[in-house]
Amino acid sequence: MELKIPDLCLVVLVGASGSGKSTFARRHFLPTQVLSSDFFRGLVADDENDQSASAAAFEALHFVAGKRLDAGRTTVVDATNVQRADRAHLVELAREHNVLPVAIVLDLPEEVCLARNASRPDRDFGPHVVRRHRAALRKSLKHLGKEGFKRVHVLRSQAEVDDAVIVPERLLNDLRHETGPFDVIGDVHGCRAELEELLVALGYALVRDDEGRPVDAVPPAGRRAAFVGDLVDRGPDTPGVLRLVMGMVEAGHAFAVCGNHEQKLVRALRGRNVQVTHGLAESLAQLAAEPEEFRERVVRFCDGLVAHYVLDGGDLVIAHAGLPERYHGRASARVRGFALYGDTTGETDEYGLPVRYPWAAEYRGKATVLYGHTPTPQVEWINNTLCLDTGVVFGGRLTALRYPEREVVSVDAHEVWYEPVRPLVVPEAEREPDVLALSDVTGRRFVETAHRGRIGIRPEQAASALEVMSRFAIDPHHLLYLPPTMAPTATSQRPDVLEHPEDAFAEYRGAGVREVICEEKHMGSRAVVLVREDGGGVVHTRTGRAFFDPPLADELLAGVRAEVTRAGLWDELDTDWLLLDAELLPWNAKAAGLIKEQYASVGAAAAGALGVAVDVLARAAERGVDVGDLLGRTRGRLANATGYRDAFRRYVRPTDGLSGVTLAPFQLLAARGRTFHDRDHLWHLDVLGRLRGELFTPTRHLVVDTTDDEQVAAGIRWWEDLTAAGGEGMVVKPLANLVRGERGLVQPGVKVRGREYLRIIYGPDYTEPENLERLRKRALGAKRALAIREYALGLEALERVVRDEPLWRVHECVFAVLALESEPVDPRL
Amino acid sequence: MLLTLTTTHRPATALSHLLHKHPDRAQSFSTSSGTAHVFYPRADEEECTVALLLEVDPVALVRGPGSTLTQYVNDRPYVAGSLLTVALGSVFRTALNGRSKSHADVAATPIPLTVRVPVLPHRLVERLFTPLGWTAHVTPLPLDDGEDSRYADVTLTGTLKLSDALKHLYVLLPVLDGDKHYWVSEDEVDKLLRAGEGWLGTHPDRELITTRYLMRRRPLVQSALARLADVEEVEPEELDNALVEPKVSLAAQRRDAILDQLQRAGARSVLDLGCGGGALLRALLEHPEFTRIQGVDVSASALATAARKLHVDRMSDRQRARLTLRQSSLTYADPDLKGYDAAVLMEVVEHLDPDRLPALEHSVFAVARPGTVLVTTPNVEYNALFETLPEGRHRHSDHRFEWTRAEFEEWTTGVARRRGYTVRHLPIGPVDAERGAPTQLAVFSLGED
Repeated sequence: MELKIPDLCLVVLVGASGSGKSTFARRHFLPTQVLSSDFFRGLVADDENDQSASAAAFEALHFVAGKRLDAGRTTVVDATNVQRADRAHLVELAREHNVLPVAIVLDLPEEVCLARNASRPDRDFGPHVVRRHRAALRKSLKHLGKEGFKRVHVLRSQAEVDDAVIVPERLLNDLRHETGPFDVIGDVHGCRAELEELLVALGYALVRDDEGRPVDAVPPAGRRAAFVGDLVDRGPDTPGVLRLVMGMVEAGHAFAVCGNHEQKLVRALRGRNVQVTHGLAESLAQLAAEPEEFRERVVRFCDGLVAHYVLDGGDLVIAHAGLPERYHGRASARVRGFALYGDTTGETDEYGLPVRYPWAAEYRGKATVLYGHTPTPQVEWINNTLCLDTGVVFGGRLTALRYPEREVVSVDAHEVWYEPVRPLVVPEAEREPDVLALSDVTGRRFVETAHRGRIGIRPEQAASALEVMSRFAIDPHHLLYLPPTMAPTATSQRPDVLEHPEDAFAEYRGAGVREVICEEKHMGSRAVVLVREDGGGVVHTRTGRAFFDPPLADELLAGVRAEVTRAGLWDELDTDWLLLDAELLPWNAKAAGLIKEQYASVGAAAAGALGVAVDVLARAAERGVDVGDLLGRTRGRLANATGYRDAFRRYVRPTDGLSGVTLAPFQLLAARGRTFHDRDHLWHLDVLGRLRGELFTPTRHLVVDTTDDEQVAAGIRWWEDLTAAGGEGMVVKPLANLVRGERGLVQPGVKVRGREYLRIIYGPDYTEPENLERLRKRALGAKRALAIREYALGLEALERVVRDEPLWRVHECVFAVLALESEPVDPRL
Repeated sequence: MLLTLTTTHRPATALSHLLHKHPDRAQSFSTSSGTAHVFYPRADEEECTVALLLEVDPVALVRGPGSTLTQYVNDRPYVAGSLLTVALGSVFRTALNGRSKSHADVAATPIPLTVRVPVLPHRLVERLFTPLGWTAHVTPLPLDDGEDSRYADVTLTGTLKLSDALKHLYVLLPVLDGDKHYWVSEDEVDKLLRAGEGWLGTHPDRELITTRYLMRRRPLVQSALARLADVEEVEPEELDNALVEPKVSLAAQRRDAILDQLQRAGARSVLDLGCGGGALLRALLEHPEFTRIQGVDVSASALATAARKLHVDRMSDRQRARLTLRQSSLTYADPDLKGYDAAVLMEVVEHLDPDRLPALEHSVFAVARPGTVLVTTPNVEYNALFETLPEGRHRHSDHRFEWTRAEFEEWTTGVARRRGYTVRHLPIGPVDAERGAPTQLAVFSLGED
């Protein structure tokens, strides 16, 4: 015997004690699907038969069941459920979570139940209990359907129980197996002529009956149409539209979901008492001229319309008024209500129309949602949702979206068929920008990245990033990327340095990266430059702060824009915006305060203290006092202090406004429609090297084959020369740019800093042997892991930007980089 | 770091006896702050100079147990501060206490002294040393660009008892430096009073010295000042005047004005958006008519401070149930802020960049959408009346803007129009006929005409 149940539902087992519910549940469901009241009694009271714990046990059971249903998991409640009140709670639970409740009743003879209980020593209650259960059950049986159970299966004998097979059924709204492509069409409202035009524009071949009326439209190969509802009312030819669409649906050429107007039309045609407003009168008059059987066909069609469809493996949802993710694929009166009417607040606006809550602004779901219902002058993507109602009946347009191409096709209305109550044009100021929600960024979060899977963000990391982002960062609309941190190369074992190129070359060689590029590391401030061809853009720091206030920022951007234009990059890259990763020089342009308060002050103090110390020690030594090696040591420290002062002074040069400020761009991050991490670094440096003039500093570089000893030696010499001349050091990157190795992403770059430069990091005296010895014990693991995660998040942000994904999708990656930066990692690495 | 001390008292070598350190030997002592070296660059009848040089381990300062620094680039190894005075107190303990068996007479006599401290934050040198009988010669050390650094090469001359001179240095070097390399606890008060005996109580800057020596830890400062008053027979109020708040501060007037408006609006549930350390929350909790109070701040540490100051952990269940403290941000939409009668943004908007104000407007007036919104912000016109505020400077370094009354009104009326509120403006604080009040308040009411 087949027991059909929806493939997502709440199964309520009903039966007297000893009727075999638990055995039945074990046989047909996973152990984790079955929530038994006995088990929960045990959980809360250490005794499965402690009836005094029942209230607490059921509360816990309902809680767990709710969590499972929220997650879309079929759940079985194994309890006697012979009392109507107990079942009512479960029906309510199912409805609350928008799944269908199903009852499976085990109505077995009393002697079977008694015999079973007799064999269980823990069930020492008398036979009256079973008798009472069975009496209550029999009273309930015929009412189960009315109680709200979508299906009721009753098994009356052990043979029926043994014979039962559970057969899951697809829900009516589940068309995940239909993968398209689709042409999704907005609200038609009886505008048959425009619909014909649109279908032709979409490449459909109209089929007409003897009277020349269209009764079907044959789609181009493989495609299907999908209507978002409101085919009827207000317009000039509701019967014509229905004739065409019904034909298409019946022929398998189209899907249609129910609109609120179809819902009301059915009620009106069935003679229910409805208010004949909002264009219903026109439909009724037009349909009155049709034969009775046509009207019956219309009633059958409209009555059979499903409120929403889930298509294309769950990636596409169509519903007349839209649908939040928690309702996708669910079935309840609430889901249907939302799909038909939207999220109404109960208020009405100045035109007497219901105020609709902008659910799309809060939509964060994976599926694309296409809908209609609210006429808008322009279609506009909001968080992966699109309203296709462009008000054709009000003189606007009839619009379709080609899915998955996301191409909009529309035709103009022939005339204003119906005067709108509310003007179609929404004043610009009333529109909210892409709104970010607190829940987009806070709490424990996981960001799915294409290049490194799920990356977790802990709540405390998010909390500290929230403060920085809210108080100091630029508007998230312009903050498309934050650069990842970069790990230093493995600590050198040479006696006199902490970092040396040979370790970087060896690391990449070991990772199977043959060719690397050494890029001069500029000592300035990391800058991300977003420049737009038509003006605008932003230059921000690695924590998302603006570099300069408006007049200077605009001047800097104008300079970049002019050079990009002169170099012809707009056309060459087919874009009207560019995102560059760069270093802004000199160091003091941004860090003047820090340099003065910390670096220069320490230099002055060191020189002052050590100079006098050498002097007094020398005088003591002159008088014959044996000062031991203290004099020599202090002289050495004075030399270190001098070296330290020289080191940071090299990166300071006078600037005035923008004069003296330059950019050294070294990577092209993104442009319209594409990213560039698949292009090798020579390409990047070549393209960016074409930006010239006073504003730009080129990046010197050298390609090294890590398997060629001579080239490795040349790379080391190059670094030695660079640092001897006062350079900070270099960054070694895989030449090919993004490289995957056996263990996932390879470090996108490691830095090798110069011996003198590192005095700015580790202090003037770090080169003393006993200090170097201790500093060598630095742990790089956390920094390297962080660098990879931030790299993957940065790439993910860029890829989402170029795919035009909703702001929150980009922002969650950018925010995650900032959150990871709050990790307590040694800041000197 | 280094300090030298010279006398021209005859015979000058008596200094070595007072210090108990042989003039012809360099000696090293291991102290808790590093290795202290004592040696004499000059020691003869006319003049005797002792040098105290402290070598610290710069790596251990950052990586050692109990390290308090995070930066290897720091001035601690060079600046004469608490590291040096700890060594001084240990190496010259006998002389510091004024004891000497062989030279008790010299120890008890003011002798000509010159102290040189080559690196010392110099801002307060003359102010603190001059009242004690020293003449200070201050030569600021230059930064690389020729500008003066905050340090100077300082020479002090005077005729004082050696023990007094050492006590002055022992107390005042860390005071000038403004830092201590260890956690300051109750016994620091004893140290201060011991070393300050005979001079601190009458020093015109005793509050300043006490406050800085005790790292501004209020309970310690109060205890020290009270004990100082006991010893010196001075009224503690006189000593304590640095710690008394002005009569009714502008902050208190703002709180009162806000409470008044909330009561007029009949608000029961109140959001304090940007609650900071909880000053307004405390006032709200004192009024039982506010049954539901949510304090929101973007800074988790501010919320922790608020919880501590309000003693949330000790609140009764009933009181606790009235208050929620939550981290949130006004530039993100937060549905948990819905459903309140009133929201207060007290001195908050000016901490946001102007281009983020639309996001704040959306969060507060569209998402939270309480019946009443109170916004206060400085009136920049009034700034000219603050004597201590340099022209063109904001009242707080984090203020992104300060508005004139007209600018504030332009923003508030725009918000009100866009969001369906009405708005009224009120002054807070003394009203100047031309420049208005120091603080401006906007009262938004939802949907009233």
